[in-house]
Amino acid sequence: MDNKILKFSLNGELKEVIVSPSDMLVDVLRDKLNLTGTKKGCGKGECGACTVIMNGEAVNSCLVPAMKAMDAEVETIEGIGSPERLHPLQETFMDLGAIQCGFCTPGMIMSSKALLDKNPNPGKKEVREAISGNICRCTGYVKIEEAVLAASGKYKTKR
Amino acid sequence: MLKDYLLPESTTKVVSLLDNCNGQARIIAGGTDLLLDLPDGKVATECLIDISRIAELKEISLEDGIIKIGAAVTHNQVAKSDLIREKAPALASAAGSVGSYQIRNSGTVVGNVVNAQPAADTAVALVALGASADIVSSGGNITVPVEKMYAGVGKSIVDSTAQLVTCVKFPAALANEGSAFVRLEQRKALALPMLNVAVMVSLKEGKFEWVRICMAPVGPGPVRATAGEDILRGAKVSPELINEAAQAAVKQANPRSSALRGSKEYRTGVLPALVAKALESAVAGAMEINK
Ligand code: FES
Ligand code: FES
Repeated sequence: MDNKILKFSLNGELKEVIVSPSDMLVDVLRDKLNLTGTKKGCGKGECGACTVIMNGEAVNSCLVPAMKAMDAEVETIEGIGSPERLHPLQETFMDLGAIQCGFCTPGMIMSSKALLDKNPNPGKKEVREAISGNICRCTGYVKIEEAVLAASGKYKTKR
Repeated sequence: MLKDYLLPESTTKVVSLLDNCNGQARIIAGGTDLLLDLPDGKVATECLIDISRIAELKEISLEDGIIKIGAAVTHNQVAKSDLIREKAPALASAAGSVGSYQIRNSGTVVGNVVNAQPAADTAVALVALGASADIVSSGGNITVPVEKMYAGVGKSIVDSTAQLVTCVKFPAALANEGSAFVRLEQRKALALPMLNVAVMVSLKEGKFEWVRICMAPVGPGPVRATAGEDILRGAKVSPELINEAAQAAVKQANPRSSALRGSKEYRTGVLPALVAKALESAVAGAMEINK
């Protein structure tokens, strides 16, 4: 197998990593770059746990060949806030109890962030559309929806 | 075994790469279907040729009344395009119902057609819109109606190891034309269609000038309800006639019982209601004044 050098921007930092042509982005992030915040649930595009933002759009990183990220800008859950300065979505997810086991959370937050970055003032319908590819087995979605809507309020003041 | 992954920047380069690889390479666009088939062994290839960064393939354009959708255009790009929503609402709504939001950000409309699943939402809409595809290869360029692109269940006439579909294209709706898409599904996201129907109508002086009705999955690919179309052509628009055409449409449908899509009896029962609903909203679209 001929390895390739993948160059891309990851959470605002330029990265170079050796990948094989059949590697998927989720595995490169988790296994080669040790960013395990991005979760791998189904590996088939059905659960959304692996959602990252690539060039501004939410995508399933389990269905993105690593090579597709060449020269792209990729954002993962690790890049959106810090313990000292949480992202508004991280705050509202915690404050409003939108997390139980937490496995779906990174994906939920990345899908929601992709929405809020484009539309800081979404309605319920837009939120539902944005997280339509994210499955949560614990919360029942109501609190997640509330958290995203609440974060949209903070978005305007904070950023 | 996959040995290489290439990211060419032009269609000419794609054609020469396909040619040089002699069947050992395959086109990848969004990859949302192909990447499931590769590990499953349903498809094998040594090299993937990624077309997603070719600028000319990333555009939706309108020129001389013809709308073109490039091979790298995603479902969400189409679903959110003002041009498509206005001039081809059936396609906008079909593209907006594929997979999930993330899948629609990666998967392409042309890929949906080439993957040739019996109920590919956008293929159903494109057939109703009278679309065709431009296909290039070292052997020459051809244009094929989307309706003729199915070679069987999950089989396209396009050989992605030798040919590249550059775009699908269709006439933008005129003021007296309308289109609509309806879908029956078990839930609102990430669900295969139990049935989907797309129609396009052209009205003239209160009568149907022509109609295209397309339904799936009731055969190997999108199926035209020509008997229903014949009933409507030249006739005055009325709810009774729409119902008659919807009933006639079912006779050309052959849905099979499936655990995922519902029983044959159920789907045969609801199909006319879906056809009628699609016709009604396409008629409403054609009658809207300031389009
Ligand atoms: S792991 Fe990617 S969608 Fe489930
Ligand atoms: S919190 Fe457990 S899956 Fe969502």
